[in-house]
Amino acid sequence: MNEYRKELMPNVYLTVLPARKFKTGCLSAQFITALDRDRASYNALLPSVLNRGTMRYPDMESLSAAMDTLYGTTVTATVRKNGERQCVGFVASCIDDRFALGGEKLLEPMAELVGELFLDPVTRGGRYLKEYVDSEKVNLIDSIRAIRNDKRDWANLRLLQEMCAGEPYGVSRLGDEESAQKITTHTLYRHGQQLLSDARLELLYCGSAEPQRVEEAVLQAFAALPRGQMEQLPPMQLFPAPETPRFVTEEMDVTQGKLSMGFRCGSDDVPAMILANLIFGGSSNSKLFLNVREKLSLCYYASSSYARSKKILTVSSGIETKDYDRTLEEILHQLRQVQQGQWEPWELEGAKSTALNSLRSVGDSQSALENFYMSRAAVDQQETPAELMQSLSAVTPERICAAARSIRLDTVYFLRGKEAAQ
Amino acid sequence: MKEMTYHRIGETAVWQTLPNGLPVCVIRKPGYTRKYAFFATRYGGMDLRFQLGGQWLDTPAGIAHYLEHKMFDTEDGNALQELAKNGAEPNAFTSNAITGYYFDSTEHFEENLRILLSFVSIPYFTDESVEKEQGIIGQEIGMIEDNPEWQVYKRLMQALYHTSPARISVAGSVESISHITAQTLYDCHRAFYTPANMCLVAVGDLDPASVFALAEEVLPKESGPAIPRDYGQETDLTPLEAEVSCKMEVSMPTFLLGFKCPPMSGGQEQMRRTLIGELACDVLLGDSSPLYARLYSQGLINGTFGYSFDTLPGVAYAYIGGDSKDPHAVAEEVLQEARRLVKDGIDPDYYARIVRANYGSTLKSLNSFESIAISLVEGQFDGYDPLLFPEMFDSITPQDLLAFIRENLCREHMALSVVYPKE
Repeated sequence: MNEYRKELMPNVYLTVLPARKFKTGCLSAQFITALDRDRASYNALLPSVLNRGTMRYPDMESLSAAMDTLYGTTVTATVRKNGERQCVGFVASCIDDRFALGGEKLLEPMAELVGELFLDPVTRGGRYLKEYVDSEKVNLIDSIRAIRNDKRDWANLRLLQEMCAGEPYGVSRLGDEESAQKITTHTLYRHGQQLLSDARLELLYCGSAEPQRVEEAVLQAFAALPRGQMEQLPPMQLFPAPETPRFVTEEMDVTQGKLSMGFRCGSDDVPAMILANLIFGGSSNSKLFLNVREKLSLCYYASSSYARSKKILTVSSGIETKDYDRTLEEILHQLRQVQQGQWEPWELEGAKSTALNSLRSVGDSQSALENFYMSRAAVDQQETPAELMQSLSAVTPERICAAARSIRLDTVYFLRGKEAAQ
Repeated sequence: MKEMTYHRIGETAVWQTLPNGLPVCVIRKPGYTRKYAFFATRYGGMDLRFQLGGQWLDTPAGIAHYLEHKMFDTEDGNALQELAKNGAEPNAFTSNAITGYYFDSTEHFEENLRILLSFVSIPYFTDESVEKEQGIIGQEIGMIEDNPEWQVYKRLMQALYHTSPARISVAGSVESISHITAQTLYDCHRAFYTPANMCLVAVGDLDPASVFALAEEVLPKESGPAIPRDYGQETDLTPLEAEVSCKMEVSMPTFLLGFKCPPMSGGQEQMRRTLIGELACDVLLGDSSPLYARLYSQGLINGTFGYSFDTLPGVAYAYIGGDSKDPHAVAEEVLQEARRLVKDGIDPDYYARIVRANYGSTLKSLNSFESIAISLVEGQFDGYDPLLFPEMFDSITPQDLLAFIRENLCREHMALSVVYPKE
């Protein structure tokens, strides 16, 4: 895939990934800003409010009707956390021109709509409409509260809050209820204006249109974008694990307990860490899956994931409360195995092919491409899937052991059932 | 070998029925690196009572799902690991009507396909290995029981249906799965994992002839007899209970509103009626409907709101749901808007727009290999061709939608299931 990248305006970048094989064209527009406790909820609320209406389509009914006319174009408001950055914007998807029943062009109106959502929102007296802000604020607070409904997500969120308290990484993607409550129509509008003028804007298109045509379409759509002082993004905060790990236990009325563990990884050898994680718990071929789940039947799921930009590794598992000690010990035992290079050749082979397979597949899905390139741009990386594949192929067992030995337990979070506690 | 070209959506399907009776389909996707294979049997959570060797058998709830878990065991170890070693991402699921096994890979496709076909067709388990699985599946059942969305759905099914096995959870219960033995699993495998009761779909930049040849080489040469099943008789469209509820650790009420519809009987007519059901829901409840805008602006629904029209063996239903502070108010508004539509009719421009949007989103779903494969398998089992959706849209009129709404979306066929927060 020949990627095309260009700075269109100050601090506005366009990436085009040409591909003819999809039924659709995908356009993503994301403002990249620092993840920060005070502003996270503002950023989370903004795209939902903007998605309520533009001057041309001032309510949901007319906006949805416009999207229906564009063959069910979808425009999804997105708020993501990438490392200690927050990405805020829209991802739009529309069928490819060749399937339009009347031969009409669809990229231009889709880009225009995305531009309008940011730059021409429906306003009254120079503010967003109070009824839209109020109702989206309720929705945001409901979403923040609803994280509790999925106990697995909840345990992982609580782990990061405990482990990274005081660090931007401990802030959730949606911010917190307390700061969301404080948002007013006035402060949100001011925040929106500032984000639009100061934050870096990353635009990404994937589909059949030529880069030149995409560039013209988005330049036209974003012509009115204000460009002010560039927001300086702070570097990632990295910390070592404490001398003694922290243990946090909470209770809820659930049948299955959730055990989440957070580790700090000192190693800078990212490809080796990616493979260490895959051998440890990152795939259905991993030590956690095969031993803790399959062999010992200690849990229904046990998996690990590695956040390369923050150098954190987390383990997530669902267990019977009575099995807590055994599972914890077993997970740490499996980690030691990785650190000591105790694995069969097929485990490393499997880890490598899993990683390569998933990177090779990135080009086959517009949402995977959008995600890969946007998360990369959010943390100022330039690596393509092909480059990452190359560096993964070159990793030796020694490098994996060395990287794994830098993994240190920081915090253990356990959510246990109430009945079991009595 | 039968090649079907679908000009309107830019797809080509190549079908072949093997001498053993297995229908195999290859969807060619030039330009893609991924290759995907989906091997499914028409056997799911609802197939509990069936006839084998002239005898009616009643099997424990959750058995199809249990069998799915155990199928990965092979004489040499575990097929999951075999596939994962090749970098393939294998998995499986059991739904009400289907058990499907699949993998996704960018390399060694033929080798992976060989592994898939062979582990699904050759059962290998012992009483010990079956017993050990109880722990893992018990954990899985515990996990889904903690899931409010699952609870609200299961309770809706139990409110809508009197006797249909749609009432029963696909995974069964800890109690029901305790009755499963290696022997019952072997019996079910012998009955339902026969080539003529299965379907294989491969998607990717593939050579159809070599996929057909490989399947013929690996799979059994003979099929078994067709197995009669009993899904009970649910002719009465009145729900068992109009309302059910429970309390869980949730932040706000979550609800499902179900409407019991007449069961389907297969063929292109099933597909047509399903599309009518979907479009009727779009017109009534879609993002651009007046009702959606009203409920959203009143704060009665939020982004979790959704709806669907589903067909299962012997039953069909429309359901609507999400999080809401007042599910009863939503139910009343839905009924009222349905009555208004029946009275006022559907604006022709609005109808055209809804059809356009549905065409666009159905076309979009063809980007997904999984969704193509699953819909082809479902179509094969129920006797219709899902890739003919543009032609099917042409045959539907606003009057069809209105008839659907009038006959189905009314209080007499409705049940409400709610999960309330504790306290």
